[in-house]
Amino acid sequence: MEQLIAALTIFALATFVGYFIITKIPPTLHTPLMSGTNAISGIVLVGALVVAGSSESALSQVMAIAAVILASVNVFGGFLVTDRMLQMFRREGPGA
Amino acid sequence: MSDQDVINWINLAYLVAAILFIWGMAQLRRPSTARAGNRYAAVGMLVAVVATLFDREIVSYEWIAAGMVVGGIIGAFLARKVQMTEMPEMVAIFNGFGGAASALLAGGELKRLYDTGTPIDSDVGVSIALSTAIGAITLTGSVVAAGKLHGSINTNPILLPARNVISALVGLAVVVLGGALIWATQDGGFTETSTLLIFGGLVVAALLLGILVSIPIGGADMPVLVALFNSYSGIAGAAAGFAIGNDVLIVAGALVGASGLILTSIMTRAMNRSVSNVMFGGFGQSGADVTGGGEARPYRSVTAEDTATILAYAQSAVFVTGYGLAVAQAQHDLKALADLLTANGCDVKYGIHPVAGRMPGHMNVLLAEADVPYEQQLDLDDTNRALDNTEIAMVIGANDVVNPQARTNPGSPIYGMPIIDVDKAQSVIVMKRSMASGFSGIDNDLFYLDQTSMLFGDAKKSLKTLVSEVEDLIKNG
Repeated sequence: MEQLIAALTIFALATFVGYFIITKIPPTLHTPLMSGTNAISGIVLVGALVVAGSSESALSQVMAIAAVILASVNVFGGFLVTDRMLQMFRREGPGA
Repeated sequence: MSDQDVINWINLAYLVAAILFIWGMAQLRRPSTARAGNRYAAVGMLVAVVATLFDREIVSYEWIAAGMVVGGIIGAFLARKVQMTEMPEMVAIFNGFGGAASALLAGGELKRLYDTGTPIDSDVGVSIALSTAIGAITLTGSVVAAGKLHGSINTNPILLPARNVISALVGLAVVVLGGALIWATQDGGFTETSTLLIFGGLVVAALLLGILVSIPIGGADMPVLVALFNSYSGIAGAAAGFAIGNDVLIVAGALVGASGLILTSIMTRAMNRSVSNVMFGGFGQSGADVTGGGEARPYRSVTAEDTATILAYAQSAVFVTGYGLAVAQAQHDLKALADLLTANGCDVKYGIHPVAGRMPGHMNVLLAEADVPYEQQLDLDDTNRALDNTEIAMVIGANDVVNPQARTNPGSPIYGMPIIDVDKAQSVIVMKRSMASGFSGIDNDLFYLDQTSMLFGDAKKSLKTLVSEVEDLIKNG
């Protein structure tokens, strides 16, 4: 119970932080924001790594390895495509 | 180091990762710092992953290394190959992968808890059920969304007979099976096999529900659906974090969940809709009279040559671009025209409505790809402020978002929708193939105003003509 309350506290506070950060992001950057959050949601990778690396049954391992693969696609694909997009956003002026 | 020391260090690393995620996302508030922000978040991910590898519970590394390499290669390949016009599909697929990863993680954890004989707390049971259900719905819903965006699935709303009854029944099945799963993990009366069967049933029902909720939704509403599933993928991740007791998953999932929800609300507001209206209601089915009585109303058309003359003398111009510009692949030609006008002393801006592309911010990316500086890309409010003092507004590939009916005709389905008030500019040029109405089927009052001229033809061709004509005029004048 103690753990659950601590986890709920973290969840609630992170949601507030997220709300205040994201409302400040201009519409210009909403697509990179979405692909960037794709990458961040790839954080389930760390959970999948532990389950995949520690479980003893094949079924559990297969599910966790599949999760590792999908989450890795999100992490690598998400951060790289966001970077690719953001480097296109340039300032005004000559040589831009 | 004792096991507890290792765990403490790993948790500290997770805290660092969470801070880097938050800090990195905060840097997205300005285009000039956004790229660095994305890198902070990536470093945060690296910290979290490397720290996890020190976890002493992990005994075999071969498979997880292989999984990361395979996933990493696929991800890097997709990130390099994707066209900017295809970003909505890419984000939709990634939403689906995120959801699927959370559901699989929940399933893997469930089986592992049985294997190790660990008693399952009730909150862990609830979290596993939630993560599984939301993740699986997100997977199939996102695949359908991506298919519709790509045109490989019929983009019209697919309306099954009695679809609401079927969806309600499947939704009920998800709730019942989810409840059964929670109960099974708590009650000694269930064997491991029957619990896993319930888990499988929950996955199947949730996958089906994901399909059922997304196929009735039309192609034009996909941005809302993609933003909503973006949020779900985060919430599924946070639920998985509750299930395995991992704080960094909870923080990251909450951030993504909040982001997706905010974007969903921005998109629905920009479309004058509500989420429930997008999910359950059809568009363009209202009986209101919006066609202008069927009589042909007078309008004025203009040639590219005349348009070039007008533009060459203009001191200020706002280009209002819609997705039609990208369909015609004409961004680069528009940029060439804008460069000519700017060199000629004209103040050029781009007005971008939130629903201009096929996902939030999509049009901005497409213009950025054509080297349009971000300072010239105005959002809805700034565009409307600029239009009060603008000589020429040119509309390219946009229709409903510039229709004054949204302000003037309470009977119109788009009444109340925030629009770009191009009719406030001194004169308006609308580039369009013909007088045919947009996908919503609503006649556009803008076309018949005194200050409006219609420039008919293919956008790319017209822009190319404009570029050469304006070039000549500036050289000779």
